Amino acid sequence: MDNLIVSTSPHIHRKESVSYIMWAVVIALIPSGIAGVWIFGIGALWVMLAGVFSALLFEALICRLRGKKVSILDASAILTGLLLSYNLPANVPLWLPVVGSFVAIAVAKQAFGGLGRNIFNPALVGRAFLLAAWPTYMTTFIKPYDSITAATPLALLKEGKALNLGQMNLSYFDFLTGGRGGCIGEVCIVALLIGALYLWVRKIISLHAPFAFITIVALLSWIFSGEALFKGDFIFAVLSGGLILGAFFMATDYVTTPLTAKGQFIFGLGCGLLTFVIRKWGGYPEGVSYSILIMNAFVPLIDRFVRPKRYSP
Amino acid sequence: MIKENKELTENIAIKAMPLPEKAYIPLIQHIGRPCDILKVKINDTVKTGQLLACAEASVSSPVHASISGKITAIGEYAHPILGKSTAITIERDINLTEEQFPLLDKSRINSFSPDELRLLIKNAGIVGMGGATFPTHIKLSPPKPVDSLIINGAECEPYLTSDNRLMIEESEGILKGIEIIAKILNVKNIYIAIEDNKAEAISVFKNAILNTQYTIRVLKTKYPQGAEKQLIYSVLRRKVPSGKLPLDVGAVVHNVATCFAVFEAVYKNKPLYERLVTVTGDILKNPGNLKVRIGTPVKDLISFCGPLKKEAKKIIMGGPMMGIAQFSDDFPVIKGTSGILVLSEDEVKEAQEGICLRCGECVKNCPMGLTPALISMAVASEKWDLAKEYGALDCVECGLCSYSCPVNRKIVQAVKYAKTKIKR
Ligand code: SF4
Ligand code: SF4
Repeated sequence: MDNLIVSTSPHIHRKESVSYIMWAVVIALIPSGIAGVWIFGIGALWVMLAGVFSALLFEALICRLRGKKVSILDASAILTGLLLSYNLPANVPLWLPVVGSFVAIAVAKQAFGGLGRNIFNPALVGRAFLLAAWPTYMTTFIKPYDSITAATPLALLKEGKALNLGQMNLSYFDFLTGGRGGCIGEVCIVALLIGALYLWVRKIISLHAPFAFITIVALLSWIFSGEALFKGDFIFAVLSGGLILGAFFMATDYVTTPLTAKGQFIFGLGCGLLTFVIRKWGGYPEGVSYSILIMNAFVPLIDRFVRPKRYSP
Repeated sequence: MIKENKELTENIAIKAMPLPEKAYIPLIQHIGRPCDILKVKINDTVKTGQLLACAEASVSSPVHASISGKITAIGEYAHPILGKSTAITIERDINLTEEQFPLLDKSRINSFSPDELRLLIKNAGIVGMGGATFPTHIKLSPPKPVDSLIINGAECEPYLTSDNRLMIEESEGILKGIEIIAKILNVKNIYIAIEDNKAEAISVFKNAILNTQYTIRVLKTKYPQGAEKQLIYSVLRRKVPSGKLPLDVGAVVHNVATCFAVFEAVYKNKPLYERLVTVTGDILKNPGNLKVRIGTPVKDLISFCGPLKKEAKKIIMGGPMMGIAQFSDDFPVIKGTSGILVLSEDEVKEAQEGICLRCGECVKNCPMGLTPALISMAVASEKWDLAKEYGALDCVECGLCSYSCPVNRKIVQAVKYAKTKIKR
């Protein structure tokens, strides 16, 4: 017998690969996408498709230029394009997601060395760029089931145009089903939670970061965001803006969050704190994306010093 | 969860492999000094069980003839761990009658002192049979007292089932072996640890221990449950500190097959010249658990369990997680050969190594609580101090990190490399 393969142990390997993981996240995002199209109309679908296809195109192009194997089948570019478009209003011109995808893929991902080497969440970098460059497009939202423009609940609150849900003409139920102004993929909480549950059951994500993130936002909003201390509407704080989308789908991104459970928890705490600060005192009504980006920068530090519990100390 | 693949062989009773035409007995089959004192020379006629070689050094273990016949060569031969080593070749002579080792008188056995027992065990050439092959007599002379003896029947490696079969078919012998070990070590707390995927073995042992002081511990099936440190923690809730030995926390672990070998050495005066080997793999037509003479060429085992349904692409001595891939099928069974695993092309296809995704799977799975991803990155940039800080020296080399990595990073390989660099 010859031609035997001689390699070091282990000799068997689990079946799940990168594409398995990335596709699972894409699948988990589908309910929210369907809800977005249902709520904002077919325009939302074009935005999503523009985001996904341009992301794929840029990925293929840059991999080719760098002389690397084209890695589009691992679905990570699809995921980036999808997440980017979920963070856009439904009525933006279609070149906007294309520019966003370019920044996400070319600058935030490939310029750092590709998947695994990027420090910042590519989709969020794309969004941050668009928000800085075309603030009007990025902050003009349409009313659900309608094509007239309307401000998001957090913007109404920020600008002092409404102080509570009653004045906004909204109920918590509207948040759960997505009947409020906002970005395509962030409005329907139920759809997002279904996707998050799916990822958690399949053990693709752990809940340390989302739990810490959401809890701290709720806690601080309850204490400081009301007319008096401990009078804040923390349910509103949790359900509004992009908190649920950000906490479950972006604060759990493998590449740009800490390795250990403890580290992920700290990461979530930081995101929550920053989100609260931006919402309350910052110039923007919403701070989820920026806080995740800021915390992304701390990940190497967290990983360097936060260790899992050792068997032998 | 790792696919166990034990169903291939776990219900197949032990079969004795026909005696080989030739046996190749390496002079080193254990951890320690090789046997450097030859007791035989070329053309000598030897009988099964006859001493072939031993050593002056105490951390060593003698080797014995496994068949009766003539010594035809003493020289270099393939070795499954070392690649090559000196081995004694015996050519079988069918005219010689096989030695028998009947049970000795029980009263004589009871009269042995611990020191006499240790000597018997040493002279029988007994080593850790789970694969570690550390000389058993050394492990039976701890420099400080221990309070607990754990009998390792976990057999956590996928595919392997020989310990399982031994527990089902030879429980009495194992228990007698345990009794001897307990007497030598003078311990009172004795635990028999078995993973919960071995229902039959558990029920056999539950019955067998009814009139003894032993405790059965049924452990969750979770690789690497049978690794010493994990086992001690699972059974006693004691943690062996970094760089220390089990006896530092008052524990000694012996494998069930070692206990059985001790029983045979003491009750039958029988040296260690045969052992159970799981010969398995999806492509073998007749996989099974064989009682094999030490020194039997592995190609004989494979053809005995064959024919092959597909071409073999990898032959592993041991299990798939920690076993050693071989260059050919031409190497002998040694004292530490718990299994031979034959895999086909589609089972061994190796995907390309990718960039770490930072998914944390390796961190979640590491039984020692290390951050394997960071160790392997430290290794890539040759930062040995950092690798040490992340715990490289505590790695038990179980391979779970590499197993679970979605981008096929060779993590345990990197950690092992780091260990050699750090110690320098
Ligand atoms: S081989 Fe990997 S998983 Fe196992 S102990 Fe070592 S670092 Fe941890
Ligand atoms: S399992 Fe592999 S990809 Fe995941 S963190 Fe560990 S080394 Fe990185």
